[in-house]
Amino acid sequence: MANPSKRVSAAPARQRLSIPKAYKMYVGGAFIRSESGRYYQVSGMTKGSADAEVVNIPLGSRKDARDAVLAGKAALHGWSSRTAFNRGQILYRLAEVLESRHEELVTSLVRAGATERDAIDEVNASVDRAVWYAGLADKISALVASHNPVSGPHFGFTLPEAMGLVAVLAPESPALLGLVSTILPVIVSGNTTVVVAGERDPRTAVIFCECLATSDLPGGVVNVLTGRAQDLGPQLAKHREVNALEAWTPDAALRTSLERDGAGSVKRVKTHDAQGIAALRDEQRGQGLTYVERFLELKTIWHPAGI
Amino acid sequence: MATPRKNEKKTDAVKAASSEPDLGFTGESSWQYEPSLEGTDHLRFEKKYELFIGGRWVAPKSKKYFPTINPATEEPIAEVAEANAEDVDAAVRSARTAYDKIWSKLRPAERAKYLYRIARAMQEKARDLAIVETMDGGKPIKESRDFDVPTASAHFFYHAGWADKLDLAFHGRPYRPLGVAGQIIPWNFPLLMAAWKIAPALACGNTVVLKPAETTPLTALLLAKIFEEIELPPGVVNIVTGAGATGAALVAHSDVNKIAFTGSTDVGKRIQGAIAGSGKRLTLELGGKAANIVFADAPLDQAVEGIVNGIFFNQGHVCCAGSRLLVEESVHDLVVRKLRDRIATMRVGNPLDKNTDLGAINSKMQLEKIRGLVAAGEAEGAERWSSPCALPKKGFFFPPTFFTNVAQASRIAHEEIFGPVLSILTFRTPDEAVEKANNTMYGLSAGVWTDKGSKSFWMAQRLQAGVVWANTFNKFDPSSPFGGYKESGFGREGGRQGLSSYVEVG
Repeated sequence: MANPSKRVSAAPARQRLSIPKAYKMYVGGAFIRSESGRYYQVSGMTKGSADAEVVNIPLGSRKDARDAVLAGKAALHGWSSRTAFNRGQILYRLAEVLESRHEELVTSLVRAGATERDAIDEVNASVDRAVWYAGLADKISALVASHNPVSGPHFGFTLPEAMGLVAVLAPESPALLGLVSTILPVIVSGNTTVVVAGERDPRTAVIFCECLATSDLPGGVVNVLTGRAQDLGPQLAKHREVNALEAWTPDAALRTSLERDGAGSVKRVKTHDAQGIAALRDEQRGQGLTYVERFLELKTIWHPAGI
Repeated sequence: MATPRKNEKKTDAVKAASSEPDLGFTGESSWQYEPSLEGTDHLRFEKKYELFIGGRWVAPKSKKYFPTINPATEEPIAEVAEANAEDVDAAVRSARTAYDKIWSKLRPAERAKYLYRIARAMQEKARDLAIVETMDGGKPIKESRDFDVPTASAHFFYHAGWADKLDLAFHGRPYRPLGVAGQIIPWNFPLLMAAWKIAPALACGNTVVLKPAETTPLTALLLAKIFEEIELPPGVVNIVTGAGATGAALVAHSDVNKIAFTGSTDVGKRIQGAIAGSGKRLTLELGGKAANIVFADAPLDQAVEGIVNGIFFNQGHVCCAGSRLLVEESVHDLVVRKLRDRIATMRVGNPLDKNTDLGAINSKMQLEKIRGLVAAGEAEGAERWSSPCALPKKGFFFPPTFFTNVAQASRIAHEEIFGPVLSILTFRTPDEAVEKANNTMYGLSAGVWTDKGSKSFWMAQRLQAGVVWANTFNKFDPSSPFGGYKESGFGREGGRQGLSSYVEVG
């Protein structure tokens, strides 16, 4: 740990020493370090946090990304075959857990540079957005499915289905609202996801994972890696088991290369620039069916009607 | 609970059709069951329940109270206030104030949060709600515990999700809430009907005056307690207990914008007539005489389970009950034998017993109505079979019963019995099945049993019913619109379409 002497010497002799948290990645429902053993350091501390001035964050490797894809794929069948109502209930539970950790989340955002006021607003908006997506779970079909009036004695339906495993390169900022806004529309319909958290300060993302882990969300539905989007992004974009990729990055060159990499497996790739990221802060533009529809497959079913 | 079986003679025709071993259900064996009663000692009822108006419990201006009894024991549970026209007026005023000052101004996302809170509280209190529902109404605890209460809570969850998504629901068309909704609900699913009515009304931004049925007011009052506890703003939902006169006062009130009624077709017609010219919006969910159609190619054992569920669920007190069995002639005898064997295993008795299949008939009045129609069926020449099961000495009970040789003109073939009584008719061709199924003033639901998917869709296209179940029956979901054709009423409850009943869309 960096500078332990500083924390000890600053404390009166009888004051107890705090227990700083080890920040880990969240894969397959477990909190893990990188298989590579590599790490990087993030600094910034505020009052109210037990953490040290500098903390070590796992530097996710390409192997970690592949492991996370396996975990996401393994969880896919179970998650997508749950009822939409049940998925909604779990996302609502997530909102409850986020609300109950309001203070901790605010502290985490502040230590990453937000003002107290902005941090509170961001946590409030994040909880409300989780509630919005929770309520959407069992409405998606009613909004995007159709009965097709085909000419002939048939019943025709077009129904939405989960696309599969979706990789998400999360925006750096807003750290919490960005995760809620990019992960929930992906999983609400039954997809699972591998997320690369913002590199600069992924501590809020890790706390968010702790919320996921205590929300009855099955392990493996959301897998969050820490590390460099530059390393992990291309790996995920090329991975054939990844069905879709959404990248939120102002880096134009990275966006282009991800779109190109995705072509090799006809991956559904959607990239968002700084303006797209900014829209996530808006109550109206930052949420909606559009974010969900991108990661739905549509299945048309024909059935004869006759005796 | 002991359910001794009598020896029964099989007819030759049935014997010939039977290729399966006699499992002893109708033989000499007698199955004994130990009681498995749900505990009620922890429940504390008030001696009397007041009206819930403006977020407070207020004594009725009528100064009158009426008892609500347990139909399984005939013992009173509590006294309940009887609201008169003045009380109804106070409730409507408080709903109007809440609408103008609070509810219509609240952000939709915040409205949603209240509904989520209600849903959560119902889940947390599920056991008590189920027990009280069973005590007050007579339905088996396994139904109130596994169906009524969870489905009611799910309705609040579901509609909470719509509250902040109405722009999506109406494809961006402008919409506005109606104002004050007067809602009158029946005694067969007291809590569930309260949820079906209140949840969409609140989600769409209306406020509510709800009148529960006079024989089953308690769970609605427990729901009012939940509204208090989750801090629903005062007046958003008001609950006025009473009988027909209370309902009539609510229907007649000039400041009510919308009436939603679930109940008998008779009363529905009177309500529709009464509000003529007033401009009030109306939805009606009325009676039914659903055809449950079994083709010879159907998976028959599965069909028999569906028939049993279709007619005996909640003692047959179900508006969409599959009360007319239309069975293809070639399998009639076989289906009847299987039905009889299956029904003979059903346990009728204390609704609080977790093994009870059929509980108590909701009221003495209803029991007499069932007895009257059954007598009419016998008088008209239909052949009656009732389960030889033992019935409790006290309380209102009726054994599961079916009629064969039922003529289409017979009263038991076209009048709603609303009890555990099934009328069995036959048909030879799909066209004849459709014609017989549609030969009713009702059109709430229908069932089709066949192994051939194309035939179920062909039938579904031709059946005049708001809900058609194929190879299943009595399925309900908040996301699935429910409502009738013809004299079974109009409007839908549940699903995206159900929201239209509570908004004016531009």
